[in-house]
Amino acid sequence: MADALVTPDIRAGRLTADDYLENFEDLHPPLGVHEARVEADRCYFCYDAPCTIACPTSIDIPKFIRQIATGNPLGSAKTIFEQNILGGMCARVCPTETLCEEACVRNLAEDRPVSIGLLQRHATDTFLARNASLPYERAAPTGKRVVVVGGGPAGLSCAHALAREGHDVTIFEARPKLGGLNEYGIAAYKTTHDFAQAEVDFVLSIGGITVKCDTALGRDITLEGLRRDFDAVFLGMGLGGVNALRTEGEDLAGVIDAVAYIAELRQAQDLSALPVGRKVVVIGGGMTAIDIAVQIKRLGAEEVTIAYRRDREAMKASAYEQEIALTNGVVIRECLAPRRLIGEGGHVRAIELERMLPDSAGRLTGTGESVTLEADQVFKAIGQTFVPDALGGGEALELDGGRIGVDADRRTSLTGVWAGGDCVAGGEDLTVASVEDGKIAAASIHAALSA
Amino acid sequence: MADLRTNFLGIKSPNPFWLASAPPTDKEYNVVRAFKAGWGGVVWKTLGEDPAVVNVNGPRYGAIHGPDRSLLGFNNIELITDRPLEVNLREIKQVKRDWPDRALVVSLMVPCEEQNWIDILRRVEETEADGVELNFGCPHGMSERGMGSAVGQVPEYIEMVTRWCKQHTRMPVIVKLTPNITDIRNPARAAHAGGADAVSLINTINSIVSVDLDQMAPYPTIDGQGAHGGYCGPAVKPIALNMVAEIARDPQTQGLPISGIGGVTTWRDAAEFMALGAGTVQVCTAAMTYGFRIVEDLIDGLSDWMDEKGYTSVDEVVGRAVPKVTDWQRLNLNYVVKARIDQDACIKCGRCHIACEDTSHQAITAMKDGLRHFEVIDEECVGCNLCVSVCPVEDCITMEHIAEGTDPRTGKPIDPNYANWTTHPNNPNRVPEAAE
Repeated sequence: MADALVTPDIRAGRLTADDYLENFEDLHPPLGVHEARVEADRCYFCYDAPCTIACPTSIDIPKFIRQIATGNPLGSAKTIFEQNILGGMCARVCPTETLCEEACVRNLAEDRPVSIGLLQRHATDTFLARNASLPYERAAPTGKRVVVVGGGPAGLSCAHALAREGHDVTIFEARPKLGGLNEYGIAAYKTTHDFAQAEVDFVLSIGGITVKCDTALGRDITLEGLRRDFDAVFLGMGLGGVNALRTEGEDLAGVIDAVAYIAELRQAQDLSALPVGRKVVVIGGGMTAIDIAVQIKRLGAEEVTIAYRRDREAMKASAYEQEIALTNGVVIRECLAPRRLIGEGGHVRAIELERMLPDSAGRLTGTGESVTLEADQVFKAIGQTFVPDALGGGEALELDGGRIGVDADRRTSLTGVWAGGDCVAGGEDLTVASVEDGKIAAASIHAALSA
Repeated sequence: MADLRTNFLGIKSPNPFWLASAPPTDKEYNVVRAFKAGWGGVVWKTLGEDPAVVNVNGPRYGAIHGPDRSLLGFNNIELITDRPLEVNLREIKQVKRDWPDRALVVSLMVPCEEQNWIDILRRVEETEADGVELNFGCPHGMSERGMGSAVGQVPEYIEMVTRWCKQHTRMPVIVKLTPNITDIRNPARAAHAGGADAVSLINTINSIVSVDLDQMAPYPTIDGQGAHGGYCGPAVKPIALNMVAEIARDPQTQGLPISGIGGVTTWRDAAEFMALGAGTVQVCTAAMTYGFRIVEDLIDGLSDWMDEKGYTSVDEVVGRAVPKVTDWQRLNLNYVVKARIDQDACIKCGRCHIACEDTSHQAITAMKDGLRHFEVIDEECVGCNLCVSVCPVEDCITMEHIAEGTDPRTGKPIDPNYANWTTHPNNPNRVPEAAE
């Protein structure tokens, strides 16, 4: 096998300039005004609407859709922002097929739900195109100071809600830009034209929010210090670590952390400068696996295979997301667990996997059958982990299953410290769920500060 | 295939679908295209006296649209033909000669002087057209000059002009009525009294179709101003159906032939007009929306439906539903229905519930055993049909006739006998025996 291998084929600039533009334009083009009105008319304006119940942020979906239908897109956007200040991003990245659109009663009638996500994007895009700032005014200053650690969806949502109540908010963000996964993690074709930063500016336009980037908890600031210097603390720093494969050859060149590569891709000024293998294998079965597989394919990789140790039904990526991968020419191979990365000259050349079968109890067991896939690059997309080290010494935060434990109001075990987003236990690892966490925590913090 | 041939006042046409007097019938070019497409007849756009009227040079039309720009209602401020009388007459003569099997009726509008009518009738007769239609309906522009609906709103004028026309021509006279009145039976009776061979209705309804909220002026807007127009299209069909039925069942005009007009868009619309007494139907807006080719399905659809129902000729359909049209006071008050929701068809949108809960009788559940579930509460249901009307799924909610037993709403036994308001105990003017 190894004899057949030659130098790994990894190159930048596999495509023409036009290809990059086309491949990284909107996955779903926005609706035009007429399209939006016609689609909006499909909404039945349900009583106690199942879509609203299914939305983690409880957006009044029938109302905002009706406002589009009546020619009031700005009112529609206000209805959305009232519940979800990051409604523009959620319209782009929410797995609507498992949330609002799955609940749409049209599924029962004709198997085709109202395109709620696209309508939400229409309303919020229309608003943002006509208004640079929020439709809200800040309440009178309260003199209270709240610190938000992490400028991702949870932190932005929390900061906005608190600033609106008149509190002074400081956001500390470890990276150079705010936005969190919206800026560094979401697939590029889902949030085009630097929308994440435009939305950050929009959220901050409420005023009263001080932003300090390149400031990491545990490195530049401590939880103890924040508790001392602020009236309340919200932790929304997300997941700092990634799971390891723990197989032989993991340290070979060409074995890449998908999360880091996507962050690099998102920040790249020139997509043609990114190194892309001819044959690529992605290990994992979640959204990150799909996102890296589709993006590397769209960067010009010739063969991209997702290898997942369970069957496709067990993948965390929805059937809809899997469909996107398949229509982009990605091959999904199920029931294959990584066993060994085979290298040559310090660079990965292939991956050896074992065929798995569930036993009668549903537990996976190896069959002993080995499958080897040639690979110029292997991407690890097997999950992210919370890194508690940054929480530092002092009074310890209680963890729950490796993440921060919180109650229904997103209070942690420490007085004056709330948390939300991916870093807390029991979450769904969705942008929209993080927005809701931030909202709930903000309401609780506001109540505590007003007491 | 059912026989669609129509003999209306002796005017024969291969099918009952005529184009109404309107822009589609303004000149030879259009009418020939219509006949080639298969239309059974036309009523030529209204002729007036020379010098011809002029139209605005701005927009003449406005519309009410559905969300996908489907045209639901249509409004116009166009006047009668703005072409010289001689040109129209020459073309009418030519078309009738070239298309002898099609109906060609000429619409007329001249001032209310006998000589004016004599003059124009004489000239139309020379064309060998099949008949005339007196335009007593146009509600805009011409009415300001004492013609059109200004005549149609005064039964005495209708009778007078109709009588002149019957007296001075051998051609059949159809009187076209305006709906802009309070009781359509009065103008119809006047036409009948004047000797009209038939009435046609409805002409357009006075309307401002919309307001341009930027210009703060009615739409269509002519240099910053707007005037009311005439409303037509699918939206006016129910109004037209009622007026046709009122005339068809009026003892004083019983048997008076009717040409039905008003929002006819499909073969089904046509069948409904015919069932209520229309011997032919006239179409305008649907043709102006889609072009003449719609006549193909009007013909096929009506024919297929007649075959399915076993009707062999148009005459078997015309007026068939008229005996079923009655007054409210004769409706059976002992007839009890309850709404039934087909749970397999229900998509759980809850519109039936909220409509009933907010605006009617609180007779539909929203939840059962903790689950989203919509079900009729017989104790509250009055059988009003609101839920059927708002349900987005066809036939999901139906009305079930409760023929016997007790009505759970009233707690009273259901009386199998017919009884109406005329004998109801709550009626201060009740009579001992029901009037049927």
